[in-house]
Amino acid sequence: MSSQLYLSGVNRSFDGFKAINNLSLIIEKGELHAVIGPNGAGKTTMMDIITGKTRPDSGEVFWNNDIDLTKVDEAGSARLGIGRKFQKPTVFETLTVEDNIALALKADRGVFATLFDRRSADQQAEIDRLLELVRLSADRDRMAADLSHGQKQWLEIGMLLAQDPELLLVDEPAAGMTDAETMRTAELLREIAGERSVVVVEHDMEFVKALNCKVTVLHQGSVLAEGSLEHVSANPEVVEVYLGR
Amino acid sequence: MRKFLLTILFLLAALPLRAQSFEELLLQLPEGSYSDRAAVAAAIAATGDDRAAGVLEVLAEGNLHILKSDGSIVEIRDVNGDDIAFSALDGTEVGEIGRGDTDKIKVNNGLRRDLRALLGSMSLLNADPNKRAEAAQAVFKDGDPGQIELLDSAIAAETEAWVADLMQEARAVAVLNSDMDTEAKLAAVKVLADRGDQDAKGVLSQFANDEALALPIATALSQIERTQQLWQVGQNVWYGLSLGSVLLLAAIGLAITFGVMGVINMAHGELVMLGAYSTFFVQELIRNNAAWLFDYSLLIAAPVAFLVAGSVGIGIERGIVRHLYGRPLETLLATWGVSLILQQTVRSIFGPNNREVGNPEWMSGAFELGGLTITYGRMWILIFALVVFAGLMLLLKKTAMGLQMRAVTQNREMAANMGIRTGRVDALTFGLGAGIAGLAGVALSQIDNVSPNLGQSYIVDSFMVVVFGGAGNLWGALAGAFSLGVANKFLEPFTGAVLGKILVLVFIILFIQKRPRGLFALKGRAVEA
Amino acid sequence: MLQRLIDRRMGFFLGALFVAVVLIPLGNLVIAGQPVPSYVVALLAKYLCYALLAVALDLVWGYCGILSLGHGAFFALGGYAMGMHLMREIGDRGVYANPDLPDFMVFLNWQELPWFWYGFDSFIFACLMVLLVPGLLAFVFGWFAFRSRVTGVYLSIITQAMTYALMLAFFRNEMGFGGNNGLTDFKDVLGFNLQSDATRSGLFVLAALALTAGLLISKFITTSKLGKVLIAIRDAESRTRFTGYRVEGYKLFVFVVSAMMAGVAGAIYTPIVGIINPGEFSPANSIEIVIWVALGGRGTLVGAAIGAIIVALAKTLLTGWFPEFWLFALGAMFILVTIYLPTGVLGKFEQIVKRKPKPATKEVTA
Ligand SMILES: Nc1ncnc2c1ncn2[C@@H]1O[C@H](COP(=O)(O)OP(=O)(O)O)[C@@H](O)[C@H]1O
Ligand SMILES: [Mg+2]
Repeated sequence: MSSQLYLSGVNRSFDGFKAINNLSLIIEKGELHAVIGPNGAGKTTMMDIITGKTRPDSGEVFWNNDIDLTKVDEAGSARLGIGRKFQKPTVFETLTVEDNIALALKADRGVFATLFDRRSADQQAEIDRLLELVRLSADRDRMAADLSHGQKQWLEIGMLLAQDPELLLVDEPAAGMTDAETMRTAELLREIAGERSVVVVEHDMEFVKALNCKVTVLHQGSVLAEGSLEHVSANPEVVEVYLGR
Repeated sequence: MRKFLLTILFLLAALPLRAQSFEELLLQLPEGSYSDRAAVAAAIAATGDDRAAGVLEVLAEGNLHILKSDGSIVEIRDVNGDDIAFSALDGTEVGEIGRGDTDKIKVNNGLRRDLRALLGSMSLLNADPNKRAEAAQAVFKDGDPGQIELLDSAIAAETEAWVADLMQEARAVAVLNSDMDTEAKLAAVKVLADRGDQDAKGVLSQFANDEALALPIATALSQIERTQQLWQVGQNVWYGLSLGSVLLLAAIGLAITFGVMGVINMAHGELVMLGAYSTFFVQELIRNNAAWLFDYSLLIAAPVAFLVAGSVGIGIERGIVRHLYGRPLETLLATWGVSLILQQTVRSIFGPNNREVGNPEWMSGAFELGGLTITYGRMWILIFALVVFAGLMLLLKKTAMGLQMRAVTQNREMAANMGIRTGRVDALTFGLGAGIAGLAGVALSQIDNVSPNLGQSYIVDSFMVVVFGGAGNLWGALAGAFSLGVANKFLEPFTGAVLGKILVLVFIILFIQKRPRGLFALKGRAVEA
Repeated sequence: MLQRLIDRRMGFFLGALFVAVVLIPLGNLVIAGQPVPSYVVALLAKYLCYALLAVALDLVWGYCGILSLGHGAFFALGGYAMGMHLMREIGDRGVYANPDLPDFMVFLNWQELPWFWYGFDSFIFACLMVLLVPGLLAFVFGWFAFRSRVTGVYLSIITQAMTYALMLAFFRNEMGFGGNNGLTDFKDVLGFNLQSDATRSGLFVLAALALTAGLLISKFITTSKLGKVLIAIRDAESRTRFTGYRVEGYKLFVFVVSAMMAGVAGAIYTPIVGIINPGEFSPANSIEIVIWVALGGRGTLVGAAIGAIIVALAKTLLTGWFPEFWLFALGAMFILVTIYLPTGVLGKFEQIVKRKPKPATKEVTA
């Protein structure tokens, strides 16, 4: 009953092409959930719909059972507690690492509140804690543009955590990471889950295995199979469209 | 047949005179009273001689004289202040004459009117249909009831339907002026109502007070007004299309560079200006070296302008735009710098004032199409714009270069990975856009002042076309140009030109809020990056 | 707080400005022989107005990435608002000696003052309008544009269309702003004769104060958390949205503040040059502002002010010496700065200074 996120019968097409086709999905509170599927399956589009970037043509999207997410914009979804990480790491390149985290920190987002904002000691402590967590304490005064690709990924995750979201949507976090980084990221995501719900989109099977969680296979905009990784891997349809290749 | 009819007609009028040759009749002109002279004139007309109309014209103007020395008939013309006599028979120059050397063949008002009527009727039966049409128009203006019979026979003999219509209309005016019965006049009103133009309206309103005709004329007048309003709409559409064709020419090049490279070329207007100056330059060369080529000057100027503007464009791309790739705002600024330099260069070379670019014969004048007045210049520009547009479409759709350009537009990285040399494509695209700007300059030189500021006056408008139509889409540019052109011209009568333009700008500013990517936006994720 | 607002750059610049504010009126009014001629005072005051305008543009372009090609419009609107007050102050001293109507209205045979001229008799009201009119235009325009996410070159082009439309409108006599000729023949402001040297120096000081205020306000904004949000928007607009910031609100805020600042610059400019006409709305003018900022260094505020002064000075000198050459120079500046000086002269200068740290520089900063 206490679902974090509830999608039912969602459709969305682009110029006649059905990117999302009668998609239904439930994310429980505190759950870690992986979404896999071939390229173009509609994984990113699903996230766009949840975060209000794209409006569905039809279907229901509910947050905490009662808030209609189809009426909310990107900033609104963030304020509700949905944090999103893009496929391509995006951080604020010409701000320092510390400022990147500071901007993401949960606070009043109003224009004038921001104008007259002064950082409190608590906030500073939180920033320090997060920097420590994503191992960027030493780089706090560097421009984000100067970070390595993997560091940017982590900075972005740090920013997400700074928002103190209830749900994290993470799009292909392992892309471009070394094996060690990948494993550490999986570990981090597992740690985060429980307290928060986490939805991870990923291609890398090793990574999904490391996550050790419920898996949903998306194909042509709808759910093909759901269950543990072993369960879905055994599904012949899944093997055909995805794993078999 | 026509000549025969003519002869019969005038023989009747000149019955007392024997059938005589033109030469003989001419010599008889000075004799007798004014009415005798009228009879002789009618006989002259009846000869059907080619020279008859000319001589009668000169007579009516009072320039026909008899030379005292040998009694021959001459026309006196004023040539550079001297009175020179020319033979009325063959037009050869007889020589300069003094005051006492000739006697003028006198005409009074009555005779002059007769002559006019004669001339009118002669041309009504002329062999050239255009001459006949002209004559019918003359009668229409005159409305002389005396011409009715003549018109009837001319109509009977007429082979061209459109001339016959004109004659019918002329006849209707004459009938209204005559004392014929109401029925005939009602028929005439109907004929004029069908003609439905300003002239018909003028004639009909003269008779609106006639009790018997008042009602039908009132109906006819309102019918005419409706027709005229329709034509007015048509005329506005035409003006709009004409403006649109200019906008299209100015905007296509911009749309290509913006579409393919995402680059706003602020120097585009100056490339248009270079095209116009190329035209000027080509015409100067022709004027000084081969004046007979003048009618072809635009055809020669077009490729020259294309090449001049195109190579400057390639220069801009290789020298500047290339270094600013992926920084569209900086590109905008740098090309603005180029535009200032080009402007000042042209100003330094050709001077700050307007330069005279001539219109070849086939670009001047106008014709009527129903109730529309269409100038040849504007018509050719519209055709030219459409041809350029179609040519470009073909180039994009059918050639390898076009395919590469489209590939780069849609996905630059992938195109590069597939081995397309995007740098070369960029340069050629930019050159192509610039070359088309040059062609636009050739067209604009015909209807606008050729000055160093020429480009500036079009730049905002052509941006609006691109923004409105949707960047990177030629169909968008086409739709954008013509709808903005037509919208402008429809607003003008209500708001005046300037306010109309302001309203269109405000409309676009609002429109782009609704459709930030224009009417025909490129779709998909590529554009969101 | 002061430390936050006055960093090294700002300190240098405001220091230099302060010296100028003391020396120039002194040289013009007090020292015998007038070592600083009156026309120079007016010229410098004009430059300072440009500098303020450049700072206004830098706030939106340098920090938030909004390249406005229509900032000249806000400047001109501020100028017109002040110009209308100055017209009212002429009273019956115009050519037609009409106490109720400005000369151009008498000339057009108008019988009464149009409603939008009401209130401009009052200096306070005019000052209010100097802020409100550009601010309101920016608000309405920005509200539409930012809400529907018009960005990049599209935004630049429609801001250009905006100023172009205004230019066409102000050229019309029926608009009631003096048409082609604009507003001119001003006599005095608050009772001070505009022709007198003292008033000129006063306006110079006023322009310097306005520039200082503009710089400090902008500095306050850009060094606040909001300033970081602006940079975030410039760097990654969509990331900023997903972080929970309503981007349109932030853009609207700086756009309006910047427009008001431009309006103030225009309002001080008008009594200095003694005329305001529709030419100020021309798109070319607005683009020129951009090169001031780019040359000085975008996103540095002080750099924008310096850029404006350098270009304006170059323009005065070059158009005096070789009028033909000015457009070449300006055009070349656009090209060279965008390609070779992306950080502007200020950025370049600081880069050079940093590379070879001389002891001298340390002393100055101390
Ligand atoms: N804004 C858009 N416009 C047009 N097509 C889109 C848009 N967004 C997504 N699509 C299409 O929807 C399909 C699903 O894309 P996406 O969600 O990115 O797949 P995945 O992330 O699973 O690889 C793709 O075919 C893509 O081209
Ligand atoms: Mg994806």
